[in-house]
Amino acid sequence: MGNVLAIAHKELRGYFVSPIAYVVLAFFSLLFGYFFVANINVMVQVSSSQFGMGGPQVVNINEFMIRGLFGNTAVILLFVLPTVTMRAYAEEKRSGTMELLLTAPLSDLQIILGKFLGAMALYGLMLALTLVHMGVLFWYADPEWGSVVTGYLGLFLMGGAFISVGLAISSMTKNQVVAAMATFAVLLLFWIIDWIGDTAGTTTQAVLAYLSLLMHFDDFAKGVIDTKHVAYYASVITFGLFLTAKSMDTERWNG
Amino acid sequence: MPLVAGRILHSSGGDENVVEVQHVTKRYGSLTAVDDISFTVERGEILGFLGPNGAGKTTTMRILTGYLPATEGQAQVAGFDVFDQPLEAKRRTGYLPETPPLYPEMTIEEYLRFVARINGVPSSERRRQISTAMERTNIADMADRFCGKLSKGYRQRVGLAQALLHNPDVLILDEPTAGLDPRQIIETRKLIAELAGDHTIILSTHILPEVSQTCQRVVIINRGRVVAVDSPDNLTARLQGSQTLYVLLDSAGTDPAPALRALPGVTGISKVDEQGRAIGYEVDAGRGEDVRRALSGAIVNAGWGLLELRARQMSLEDIFLELTTEESDAAHDLGPDEAATDAEAIDG
Repeated sequence: MGNVLAIAHKELRGYFVSPIAYVVLAFFSLLFGYFFVANINVMVQVSSSQFGMGGPQVVNINEFMIRGLFGNTAVILLFVLPTVTMRAYAEEKRSGTMELLLTAPLSDLQIILGKFLGAMALYGLMLALTLVHMGVLFWYADPEWGSVVTGYLGLFLMGGAFISVGLAISSMTKNQVVAAMATFAVLLLFWIIDWIGDTAGTTTQAVLAYLSLLMHFDDFAKGVIDTKHVAYYASVITFGLFLTAKSMDTERWNG
Repeated sequence: MPLVAGRILHSSGGDENVVEVQHVTKRYGSLTAVDDISFTVERGEILGFLGPNGAGKTTTMRILTGYLPATEGQAQVAGFDVFDQPLEAKRRTGYLPETPPLYPEMTIEEYLRFVARINGVPSSERRRQISTAMERTNIADMADRFCGKLSKGYRQRVGLAQALLHNPDVLILDEPTAGLDPRQIIETRKLIAELAGDHTIILSTHILPEVSQTCQRVVIINRGRVVAVDSPDNLTARLQGSQTLYVLLDSAGTDPAPALRALPGVTGISKVDEQGRAIGYEVDAGRGEDVRRALSGAIVNAGWGLLELRARQMSLEDIFLELTTEESDAAHDLGPDEAATDAEAIDG
């Protein structure tokens, strides 16, 4: 465990010493803030359209504001998280520091978990910044906190899945740009994979819908924790880390 | 020569092999990078790994450090198999790869702290170990400098500090002097000699004089195979200029050996075969001496029949040629003789 934390600490430091952490945090906050305002506008519009029956109506802030915001956040993550994971392995392999890690008394699993934890810590910080906006909502309105918590849980799990896939792809290349592009492409594909389901048979449709990264997030945003969805994200995370381990092993044998 | 004395002490007092490599082979697809290599290293010894670029030095070292698995064969460090008990073996190994594995965004001290952590140095001893390593490699005054902004010489020193930080039994150094200027080369060699007391050291190089100055034993490797294992002095004698001639002569019953041994330049003579009345001798000549003229003259003057006179081919010569040609390219600013005199001047 000490070794895992040592790697995680090193990763997190690496993000903050290079500009990556600041760029990611800044743009994520900017976009989140923009979507926050946009969703408030949507809510105000919905509220006003009820006009005529005794002024603007009270609308459910969870349904018309927070749920949309969580959906938008998921889209931002699709673009941002690949840049968080792109350097994890690619940079170490390019600069030769992978040799330091692999000749130190560390197991592959410790290295992988350390890198995963490091990226998750930065991601956790990104989410923590959005609590400011949520605080504003709670100050001026009275949202139902349960669905906010499940929404964050969903975001955290989904982000974990993105990071895990990103790590696996980063472990397969020496080039950061390739890692980022490939991660983005794979995530996007699994995001919209159920779109072609409409024209396919019902079984295919069901399978594709189950694979979709987005579909599993909807319930979290609605305030529902379904073990099915938790299991899905946990499986993706495990599979991604497993692929990373396989990739490290393959690299070792092939030199 | 305290180093040699140390080695003799160890070899006489029950030879303890800290590193054992047995029939190690590494293949990449159809390419064989390392082909059935075996050697051992005793505790406290400095072993030089000499060979041209691409000979398999780095691959062998990477196998020993557990970075690469061998296709066949076994390697042990401090009694632990590098494949079956990798963590135990790695704990006892310090490794400086060809390019020092530094994180540019860390300061030297932060970097060493990280290395100490992942090598399992207990937190109570970390500070002390780090400062010891920095002092030994002479970088203590640079502790707060970023690794990414260091000169080549300092990068190499930090790499060395990293390798010896956790006080490993075995230090494996891949071309520790490559790319350094002459002064840094001499400093690094001195440091390595100092470390030899506490650590067993394997270092690789493609520069012949480096081996003769730092190592007690040399493994010459070429095209993935071990070509020779010997002390540098013996190797230098065998490689540099000394010549063995084969002479087949008919001396009509008298023993020609005393007369031939008396010739200037001849250092030894031994009988190798007999063909009827003719007897074949191997004549060793000193470094840089061409004794063929004197030899044939003496034989003819004595009235014997000179049936054959030829240089005995040694496969090492080819490798030596390769090594020396590379030497002149790689270290053009530091010829072998110059390096030797420099080192002596510092030692004295």
